Amino acid sequence: MSVEGVVVKPVVRGAAFCMAHVPGMVLSGSKPRREITHNTNGLKQQIVSNLRSFADAVAYPPHQVMIGNLTPEALSKIERPWHQHPIPNAAAEGPGGRFIDEATFYAWMARGDCARLLRFNEFLPGALETALAANANGAKIQKIDKTALADAIANGAEPFFMGSSDPVGVFLPAHEEDESLMAPVLMENAAAKVTGAIALTDLLKKYNDPPVDHLLGCGEEAVGDRYQRGGGNLAKAMGEMVQGNIAGGTDVKSFCAGGIHAMLLGAALIASGMHRRVVVVAGGSLPKLGMKFQGHLQAGYPILEDVVVGVAIDLAADDHVSPIIRLDCSAFHRLGQGSAAHQMAGALSAGPLYAQNLRLSDVDRYAVELHNPDITEPAGSGNVPLNNYQILAAIAAQKGEIQREQMPEFVAAHGIQGFSPTQGHIASAVPYLPHAIAGLTSGNMNRVQFVAKASLFLGRMTGASDGASLLIERNPALTQTQKGV
Amino acid sequence: MIDLKDKLVLCLGERDGIAAPALQACVESAGAEVIYAETQCFV
Amino acid sequence: MDLEEQGNISRLVASGQHDRMVAILGTPNPASTRMVAMTLRDGDPSYAGPLAGIPLGLPVYHVLEDQVKQRIDPDVYEYEVGPMEFVLDRDGIINALQFVREAKAA
Repeated sequence: MSVEGVVVKPVVRGAAFCMAHVPGMVLSGSKPRREITHNTNGLKQQIVSNLRSFADAVAYPPHQVMIGNLTPEALSKIERPWHQHPIPNAAAEGPGGRFIDEATFYAWMARGDCARLLRFNEFLPGALETALAANANGAKIQKIDKTALADAIANGAEPFFMGSSDPVGVFLPAHEEDESLMAPVLMENAAAKVTGAIALTDLLKKYNDPPVDHLLGCGEEAVGDRYQRGGGNLAKAMGEMVQGNIAGGTDVKSFCAGGIHAMLLGAALIASGMHRRVVVVAGGSLPKLGMKFQGHLQAGYPILEDVVVGVAIDLAADDHVSPIIRLDCSAFHRLGQGSAAHQMAGALSAGPLYAQNLRLSDVDRYAVELHNPDITEPAGSGNVPLNNYQILAAIAAQKGEIQREQMPEFVAAHGIQGFSPTQGHIASAVPYLPHAIAGLTSGNMNRVQFVAKASLFLGRMTGASDGASLLIERNPALTQTQKGV
Repeated sequence: MIDLKDKLVLCLGERDGIAAPALQACVESAGAEVIYAETQCFV
Repeated sequence: MDLEEQGNISRLVASGQHDRMVAILGTPNPASTRMVAMTLRDGDPSYAGPLAGIPLGLPVYHVLEDQVKQRIDPDVYEYEVGPMEFVLDRDGIINALQFVREAKAA
């Protein structure tokens, strides 16, 4: 398909991130939860005493990059570990998104509790009472006493916390014998729903025209009951939380690559003329909180995986300003292309570029999995984005674009400092969107490639991996305007 | 040099290094039998 | 190493033919290589998992080591490992394994 053959050019106008700082929920993360069960020797207390305050999370330099107040380039000039170099007077809101604190998050959970499964402690911290009054949007807050809370927990309810050792509330199971409706599963899905819904709300405040025709969900949660465990359409559930009668939705699944798959499908819906505007939405991953807490404790770091992140990405028909999504220069990983990292990079990065007579060096920046290395390195997982950039550089060398000794220069020129919380599909390329859009409109960039990979094998149904990539390009109308044509 | 022929191999791959299917293909080409292959993903 | 994976390996090794078993790693860096190699040879260094205090004594190699590479069909190696050989910190990974082997011998 050539760009000339497409009736409508799809563009990406913006992205909004919701950074929910929820240290109390770290105890509900999969890894801490399992480890605390195995180890009764003060581990829970050790975790609680190494959690961050809201102010610390906001001032954390990589988080400031997430909400667009700091560039990745500026981050790479700050000495690591970054938690030791907080940004003075950091704002909780920026052009790429905003933070919400734990009390506001719980209030949104109450607001989204359509099945009435939340019960709050009769005695709540003042901050939570205030947040409930301000953000629960009229939802009835059901409170129970300490004995009833303990009974609920003994019967499968999942507690949630705010600092102190007593839970501020519980999430009830929805069915006694249904593993898909167990309380921890429901709480995980609800956390994803509200973080996605907040991001969507914020995005719609920023861009209210034209009306949204469709929502594409791209998270990794399984929403359903025992008869359809992953039935889904969390996108529609997120849409329901937004004021007004907006579009319906569909979920797109491919582990961490869901976001890029959804952007491509949304762009294709626009290019086909079927829709004028599609919003890609995803909530964050509660189970990934505290995943690498052991490494952080060992390194003497605070527990850095304490945010659940939602995102909403705005796709629309050509507005003659925003970057064009080049559908003719995109890729879905095919069976038989190989799952190894270098095979993926060949198929997803070099493949579509070379097919359009572009070289790897013609792309200004590559947005890969942008995991913050301060989170991954203490746990022995290395610097994930750097690893990806070295592979791209190696392929550029293999193709003769550069000499092998020029690989470090290629990495420095085309790579991006990792800054994203380790939230799977959220960390996969999309956190660079606000920066890329700025660079391709008011900045001096021309092309950015977004690449995401997916570890399908984790679900045990295949040994394969997956991935997808897309190229976004400076809008030609913008270039002509700038040239005074 | 190790001899992989007729060895029972546990392939412990990692997504950001070399994944288990690649390790498996390699050691099978050396005449080993793979009895365990798992790829870890820490992100 | 994940607790579940430790459990799987522990059961597999206990099921017999220990003498024929070899572990081949594809870990991405020296730190993870050292962690996994130590766990397989000497038991879980964090004393948290099923292999805590259980030295399996499995021979452990990394696929980037020459002594492994030389046994593998060169075409297969090129296709499956290819440029990863110079993308990953090969020297660091080999040093990490050397460290674990010498610590064991000492």
